[in-house]
Amino acid sequence: MTEKLLEIKNLKQHFNVGKSNMVKAVDGITFDIYKGETLGLVGESGCGKSTTGRTIIRLYNATDGQVLFNGENVHGKKSTNQLKAFNRKMQMIFQDPYASLNPRMTVADIIAEGIDIHGLAKSKKERMERVYELLETVGLNKEHANRYPHEFSGGQRQRIGIARALAVEPEFIIADEPISALDVSIQAQVVNLMKKLQREKGLTYLFIAHDLSMVKYISDRIGVMYFGKLVELATAEELYSNPMHPYTQSLLSAIPLPDPESERTRQRKTYDPAVHQYSADEKVEMREVRPNHFVFCSEKEFAQYQKEHKS
Amino acid sequence: MEKILEVKDLKVSFQTYGGTVQAVRGVSFDLHKGETLAIVGESGSGKSVTSQTLMKLIPMPPGQITGGEILFYGDDIVPKSEKEMENIRGKDISMIFQDPMTSLNPTMKVGNQIIEGLIKHQGLSKADAKKRAIKLLELVGIPMPDKRVNQYPHEFSGGMRQRAMIAIALATNPKLLIADEPTTALDVTIQAQILELMKELQAKMDTSIIFITHDLGVVANVADRVAVMYAGQIVEIGTVDEIFYDPKHPYTWGLLASMPSVDNDTKDELAAIPGTPPDLTNPPIGDAFAARNKYALAIDYEEEPPMFQISETHFAKTWLLHPDAPHVEPPAAVKLRQRQMSSNFDKPVIVKEGI
Repeated sequence: MTEKLLEIKNLKQHFNVGKSNMVKAVDGITFDIYKGETLGLVGESGCGKSTTGRTIIRLYNATDGQVLFNGENVHGKKSTNQLKAFNRKMQMIFQDPYASLNPRMTVADIIAEGIDIHGLAKSKKERMERVYELLETVGLNKEHANRYPHEFSGGQRQRIGIARALAVEPEFIIADEPISALDVSIQAQVVNLMKKLQREKGLTYLFIAHDLSMVKYISDRIGVMYFGKLVELATAEELYSNPMHPYTQSLLSAIPLPDPESERTRQRKTYDPAVHQYSADEKVEMREVRPNHFVFCSEKEFAQYQKEHKS
Repeated sequence: MEKILEVKDLKVSFQTYGGTVQAVRGVSFDLHKGETLAIVGESGSGKSVTSQTLMKLIPMPPGQITGGEILFYGDDIVPKSEKEMENIRGKDISMIFQDPMTSLNPTMKVGNQIIEGLIKHQGLSKADAKKRAIKLLELVGIPMPDKRVNQYPHEFSGGMRQRAMIAIALATNPKLLIADEPTTALDVTIQAQILELMKELQAKMDTSIIFITHDLGVVANVADRVAVMYAGQIVEIGTVDEIFYDPKHPYTWGLLASMPSVDNDTKDELAAIPGTPPDLTNPPIGDAFAARNKYALAIDYEEEPPMFQISETHFAKTWLLHPDAPHVEPPAAVKLRQRQMSSNFDKPVIVKEGI
């Protein structure tokens, strides 16, 4: 887990630039994603986590900053062919399995769309074989290929979405809240499937979600976003056992746990951005407080965090 | 404690092109004053239909109450006409819906949506009702209520809209509040605030709450008692401690085991419940959960299990509690949390034969 697959450098995504209603959805975030790992991205709705994912895969053109995939800039000028090659390596799984599958296409056509575009199958027979294989990989079967999306349940649809993403043999998958729309019992099925595929195919995931217990379970490292900024980045265990940024602490204290006793006694923390009292000349940036544990803080806070969390 | 609601063997079905869907298949429970009953289950388990039937909000036709009674303060709601229901809805029984984005009227000021119920049910004048609406908005923690009362829903954020929904639901001091996934669409931090608020208001007004959710963390937080629904039936019901620390039904085990826990760092595979819920146009013979249940016994495929009583408050519908059933070990994640309940009977007792 040392090789960098993706480097995101000072990425910015602003909407309505130059107008009075300009939104800085993503405001200068920097992080790396290593080969074969799962990076979780959490935060409230509107914090920019989905926009980050979509900008990385170039569904939006970045306002500023760089996304380097295997050392090459995703957002640079590219010919159609180069872009196609890129799209093959990066795929996305969407949140809503009801809205992200074309209701007029059969499952086979949905899954094979990428195969057709990239010319990965030489004959019709090979194309269908590939589809059957993919269906099996995600736990569906051959007979499902000629059906339409409305004939499937939410969990099955999400499996189709995963099969579609896998069809072009990507290296990197962005999963934008892939389980939020599913039932608890089905969530576990989909998460297990994603983990299995990662093991077998060596995939790298960017897992965007707001369900913190599931994120902790699936992720190697987790980034916490707040208002377009990354405020904390650490390994999953470290983040949960030693949250440093006050926002992360408040977020963790808000997760209801399936344990009545701890629920009765829990203390919730609220986050007020005013606690920082950054003065205008202070440089606020990501600093490494402990090995591989980064917090968005000022020089003064940095010293304080280091004192509090000596290891 | 006073019983305010008694549901007896409620059955609801829907006529569709594909046949009759038996959405609720004999549900019985009761609710005491000031208590919170959580109903958990997957989509399609009948939890929302059950709660909507309590207010007779299901569209009839295609919906139909095919059997059972709903006694609200001893008075059966089932035979009541639409006109009579209008005097109950929003007055004695209120509902908070899942999606605050779509359940408010976008063309009406938030204040007027609160006032509506007050004028209809409490006969207040418009001016008085407005004063009360401002008070209610303040109560649910909306800042500057005198300004907000004249705003439209689109000017509110998601959390604020849900607060406004709660204000509408509580306007007439209902005796029963049905909350259908009230926090599912919200962020965890906002969810924590809304849950806090609901508990606070409940303590103040002594309202009974039926809380529908599929988030077991939320259940642990709000519930006094929990009913677990599967395929249109309650398969287990008990106090929150009994359900979390001494669950008996394999489906409840499955639900508890399929959630990753924040406290432990294991990366073992989650114990997913395989398969999907059964088709209720044609419910399976025997135990509806059998096909997905690795603990299923031969009898599960032949005969529906009866309801067993484990303690004064704890009931479960599974053959595993029968004296002749083999002893099985629940999944590891459940065993970890299991505790000995002192209130348990020596042996489970059959209280209701299967049908």
